[in-house]
Amino acid sequence: MSRKRKELFSHKLISVEEIVDGYYTLKFNRKFDFIPGQVVAIALNHKDDPRLYSIASGNQKDYMRILFDVNPDGLLTPQLKNLKPGDEILVSEPFGKFTFSGTNEWWIATGTGIAPFISMVESGGKLPQKLLHGSRTVDQFLFQNLFSAHLKENYLRFCTRESGGKGIIQGRLTNWLKSEKELPKQIKYYLCGNPEMVVEVRDIILGKGVDFENIIAEIYF
Amino acid sequence: MGKEVLFGKTLEELKVVAKELGFPGFVAKQLADWLYKKKVRSIDEMLNISKKNRDLLKDKYELGLANYDNVQESVDGTKKYLFHTDVNQFVESAYIPSENRKTLCVSSQVGCKMGCLFCMTGKQGFQKNLTAGQIVNQMVSIPESDQLTNLVYMGMGEPLDNISEVMKSLEIITSDWGFAWSPRRINVSTIGVVPAMRHFIENSECHLAISMHSPYNDQRKELMPIENVYPIEQVISVLKEYDFGRQRRISFEYIMFEDVNDSVEHAKELVKLVSGLKSRVNLIKFHPIPDTPLNGSSHVVMERFKEVLEKKGIITTIRKSRGEDIYAACGLLSTKKLLKENQDKDF
Ligand SMILES: Cc1cc2nc3c(=O)[nH]c(=O)nc-3n(C[C@H](O)[C@H](O)[C@H](O)COP(=O)(O)OP(=O)(O)OC[C@H]3O[C@@H](n4cnc5c(N)ncnc54)[C@H](O)[C@@H]3O)c2cc1C
Ligand code: SF4
Repeated sequence: MSRKRKELFSHKLISVEEIVDGYYTLKFNRKFDFIPGQVVAIALNHKDDPRLYSIASGNQKDYMRILFDVNPDGLLTPQLKNLKPGDEILVSEPFGKFTFSGTNEWWIATGTGIAPFISMVESGGKLPQKLLHGSRTVDQFLFQNLFSAHLKENYLRFCTRESGGKGIIQGRLTNWLKSEKELPKQIKYYLCGNPEMVVEVRDIILGKGVDFENIIAEIYF
Repeated sequence: MGKEVLFGKTLEELKVVAKELGFPGFVAKQLADWLYKKKVRSIDEMLNISKKNRDLLKDKYELGLANYDNVQESVDGTKKYLFHTDVNQFVESAYIPSENRKTLCVSSQVGCKMGCLFCMTGKQGFQKNLTAGQIVNQMVSIPESDQLTNLVYMGMGEPLDNISEVMKSLEIITSDWGFAWSPRRINVSTIGVVPAMRHFIENSECHLAISMHSPYNDQRKELMPIENVYPIEQVISVLKEYDFGRQRRISFEYIMFEDVNDSVEHAKELVKLVSGLKSRVNLIKFHPIPDTPLNGSSHVVMERFKEVLEKKGIITTIRKSRGEDIYAACGLLSTKKLLKENQDKDF
């Protein structure tokens, strides 16, 4: 729609896979280096405005992966899910500053907001002291096996609709945060996902005395 | 199914309506006239359209204007209007009269996705984009409608996150067939959604206000998550690509938070950042919102900041706070209380 915009480069699609009902991964050949936490802009033609996606793969792999859910009325995602291996997609160079601090961190995510943390773990970055992961159903804890394997007991899953199995806490992660007597003050909190989650969690953490300078949020607007 | 709404359609869209109903081509212009110049509030008032055609129109369309639901008045004359936009969804508009201007601050979304730390609207999350009709309705459905001199898109929501409806609303307000306002009476505010900002710059003549609030990336990121993807220096370098002419104004909004972004170093960094771009800076007093870790800077500190900017040749104003007592001031608009909470959340 505009005269000048982020440059997009043609990439070859390796796969599109529905990993859980309604949630997809999309893999394409990797052309650029990136820092875990960065995003790419994706479009299928040069006319439509691209949408942004967090990179959800390790930065040493020869492919790049994104994780998406379908917005049925949306422009891009209903088309993305129907792509076939070998199709061309347009992808920008990676950009963005939701990159990790290298110090002690807690990560908090719901839905596809887990993507940057997948990249962090697969890239071999510093693991967090805790990852709080929220979901409605047990199967929607995307990439839970990866996190369980790496984070062990520091991986906390909160399931709002179903009673969970082993290691899954039933209820809202916001309630858990509220019920904690104290939260660590000297660490960084990384929040990623939809605006409602981010603002609500941020308010709770602030209310527990965490300095706003220690809260970094990525919002999927 | 409900009827389609006429108010908020552009002339092009009205032509489609006229064609579809088999009306002569000139009826589209007549419709625009009734909607945006004569400001009728019912289809029956469109007297130069035949009764038969009005009936055809009414079968499928309604005018779609909405009265305000509530109004609160501040001791300083500011008024805050509440509009119902959908089931359990509301927006607010602030009417701000001063000696020589009567400004209306309109909303563009119910809630907002951007999650800025200092903003009440951000705290309610995002519910809906307003249609062009719902945006313009705020302007015509208040008693002060005919006295308005200026319009600012600084109410609830990020206007450029609803770019297509905002652009349509601007077209209606500034076109000859619409309200025929000069675009110089309109200021659209954004936190810097770069692709949509380009579209706005290229397709509108209205003024543009950028919310900066910190010249430092790391700090702006703590205040405004958008900084992660569209950093302020990128926003400014995009602005520098364009020639805004003599009339079109670019301004930076800077809310001042005590001991956070109000130092002389911040002022100097701000100067560096905007150097080479003809622009002005508005310093805004912060109104603490519930549960915020931020406080407003004192007047003395704001004056000191202003002095640094002015010494470097930047036109700087300290914006007077208006409507604070009724939560109509900048960053205080919220209709969260009126929302019905969705309990099926994943967090
Ligand atoms: C930093 C960031 C990271 C994200 N990461 C992910 C991720 O990892 N996985 C994921 O599933 N989603 C992610 N998203 C959301 C994603 O960008 C899309 O919004 C989402 O996939 C829906 O796209 P759609 O085209 O199907 O829906 P649409 O409703 O067509 O578009 C969704 C969004 O695109 C923007 N938009 C719509 N129309 C226009 C227009 N005309 N011009 C400019 N912008 C417009 C708006 O912000 C809108 O909300 C991220 C968003 C951001 C900002
Ligand atoms: S300041 Fe503007 S963009 Fe930020 S949350 Fe509030 S309404 Fe949204």
